[in-house]
Amino acid sequence: MTTHAPAAPGRSLPRLPGPAWFQEYGVYAAVAALLLFNAFFTEHFLTADNLRTQLIQVAPVVIVALGMALVIGTEGVDLSVGSAMALAAAVLPLYLGYGLVPALLIALLAGAVVGAVNGTLVSVVGLQPIVATLALFVGGRGIALVMADGQLKQIANPDLLALGTGSFLGIPLVVLIAGVLALAVAFLVHRTTFGRQVVAIGGNRPAAALAGLPVKRVLTGVYILCGVLAALAGILATARLTASDPSSLGNLMELSAITAVVVGGTPLSGGSIRVLGTVAGALLMQLLRATLVKHDLPDSTAQIAQAAIIIVAVYVARERRSR
Amino acid sequence: MKLSSVLDPAGSRAPSPGAGGQAGQEAGAGVSGRQRVASLVQRQGVLAVLLLVVLIASFVYPTFATLDNARGVTVQASFLAIVALGMTMVIITGGIDLSVGSVFALGGVLAAWASQWGVLPALLVPLVVCGAIGALNGVLIARVGMAPFIVTLASLLGARGLLLAITDEGATTYLVPKDSAFAELGQGSVWGFGYPILIALALFAAGGVVLQRTSFGQTLFAVGGSSDAAVLMGLPVARVRLTVYLLSGLLAGLAGAINAARLSSGVTIIGVGMELDAIAAVVIGGTLLVGGAGSLSGTLWGVLLLAVIQNLINQIGSLNSSYQSVVSGGFLIVVVVAQRYLARSRRTA
Repeated sequence: MTTHAPAAPGRSLPRLPGPAWFQEYGVYAAVAALLLFNAFFTEHFLTADNLRTQLIQVAPVVIVALGMALVIGTEGVDLSVGSAMALAAAVLPLYLGYGLVPALLIALLAGAVVGAVNGTLVSVVGLQPIVATLALFVGGRGIALVMADGQLKQIANPDLLALGTGSFLGIPLVVLIAGVLALAVAFLVHRTTFGRQVVAIGGNRPAAALAGLPVKRVLTGVYILCGVLAALAGILATARLTASDPSSLGNLMELSAITAVVVGGTPLSGGSIRVLGTVAGALLMQLLRATLVKHDLPDSTAQIAQAAIIIVAVYVARERRSR
Repeated sequence: MKLSSVLDPAGSRAPSPGAGGQAGQEAGAGVSGRQRVASLVQRQGVLAVLLLVVLIASFVYPTFATLDNARGVTVQASFLAIVALGMTMVIITGGIDLSVGSVFALGGVLAAWASQWGVLPALLVPLVVCGAIGALNGVLIARVGMAPFIVTLASLLGARGLLLAITDEGATTYLVPKDSAFAELGQGSVWGFGYPILIALALFAAGGVVLQRTSFGQTLFAVGGSSDAAVLMGLPVARVRLTVYLLSGLLAGLAGAINAARLSSGVTIIGVGMELDAIAAVVIGGTLLVGGAGSLSGTLWGVLLLAVIQNLINQIGSLNSSYQSVVSGGFLIVVVVAQRYLARSRRTA
């Protein structure tokens, strides 16, 4: 159903963009249009400094959204990503005494555990993803707060600070990490067996099971990846803030990530993952907000505009599917 | 337990084994004892847990089992209960409404703003605006055919944006005039039980009748059970789905308005995450998120269970409030996993 209709024969004139074109390229066109608009109408927008700031701000969303895209590709959803971020942030200062690398590994492990619980509930117990991940959404942040005694902890670790604020060849490390991860996830989805299996399971789970794919293992793996990526985003945000703040870190992140994925053209019904689109979706939301703020429009307008974009994106996606 | 029997008469819908096995279940013929136990646990398990928690807490904490405390807990719970009532109906149709938290907050601010002109505007303005948001959700979901999850996610953002816009980005707080009759709606009481509790109970009683005794209610279950089959049966599927989102918006707005009356002001930072509390209460109450089965009584017990847990953690004092979400999350996992296995055992038995 999602394949292109063959071009009508005998038509040599360039076709005007239709719904299918917008579904395929709309998000990139929107990002380009926003950049173009800002180039002409916003002072100090297309400067290296401002673009750096925008990229740094969007990096954690991109990292979480990459994991979310994998989960949504299996026709799932992960509401617990914000809690996974908070948990990683809460764990990090507890183990910094043993050195940065062990602390980072343990924080990532915390994300993996969150993902493993979600994945087991979804694949083995057979719960709906939204229920399975709701439990850790509710409880995960509580666990993080209990571990951190409900307190914000300042972290004075120079290596961690370097991870958060350093740059390589002029590119901020967090942006570099997000970019590399995007490439890695794109490779995973399009070039590996695991990626094929993820998409196949999202497209038609019973058929995938009949074809002998390891459905449970792949599903669990996807949620673990999502949890680890969320934990990494939590670590990077903590490193930037130089403080571990489990009470507010990652709040509403699940919504931002789902929005980025959906605006990027990945259908919520699974079976297709658009990694580059997800990155563009996150960028679009970030640039939109920044543009409105630079034009002195209040936050409320930005939120209403975001809501409108989500509806338009999903409407366009629907047009294509019903063709 | 008269109220309970209205809300959840014996033989109310539990997930049917196979398709449309309701009649067989109600008659009880050919149903094994194990199935019957599983069905009972699924429907009334939460009530048992709630009673157990209340019983133990009454012995351990003398301050828990006081009338004052009971009044406090139930007033607190009544707002979530009203929101969860709408959510139950939405979820029974197999949908979800993520916008209720924002709509709740918006309803409160609108009510506080309009209360300067009297009680009627203070109720009408939030109901009209929140109803419109619910109707918009319903149109996009039922007529345009978009996914409930994403439509209501967008209206979560949109309603919060609207709320910020009418409060100058959250800088203005509208107060309910002190002598207003509207404030009485939130603060008044009968025999010490606040009006919000009575309103919530009345709404649940009405909702129970609608769900169990009207064709509208039966259509909800049919749509949630199998939307395709419901269409083939000639049921007004789109209209019914539109109506549940409208109702959900109205109820969330109403709950927000009454909450504003109780607090005497429209609080802008309220309601964040409330949609997930409501979903949790509905799920703990035994309503299946896949749709087609559920009960309002279960939702009521689910809301009360969450409220009692919160109250107990406050009573214990030495525990900080973060334990509340840990315990709630734990309950959620236990309940849904238990439900899953009960449903499975009923099918295979």
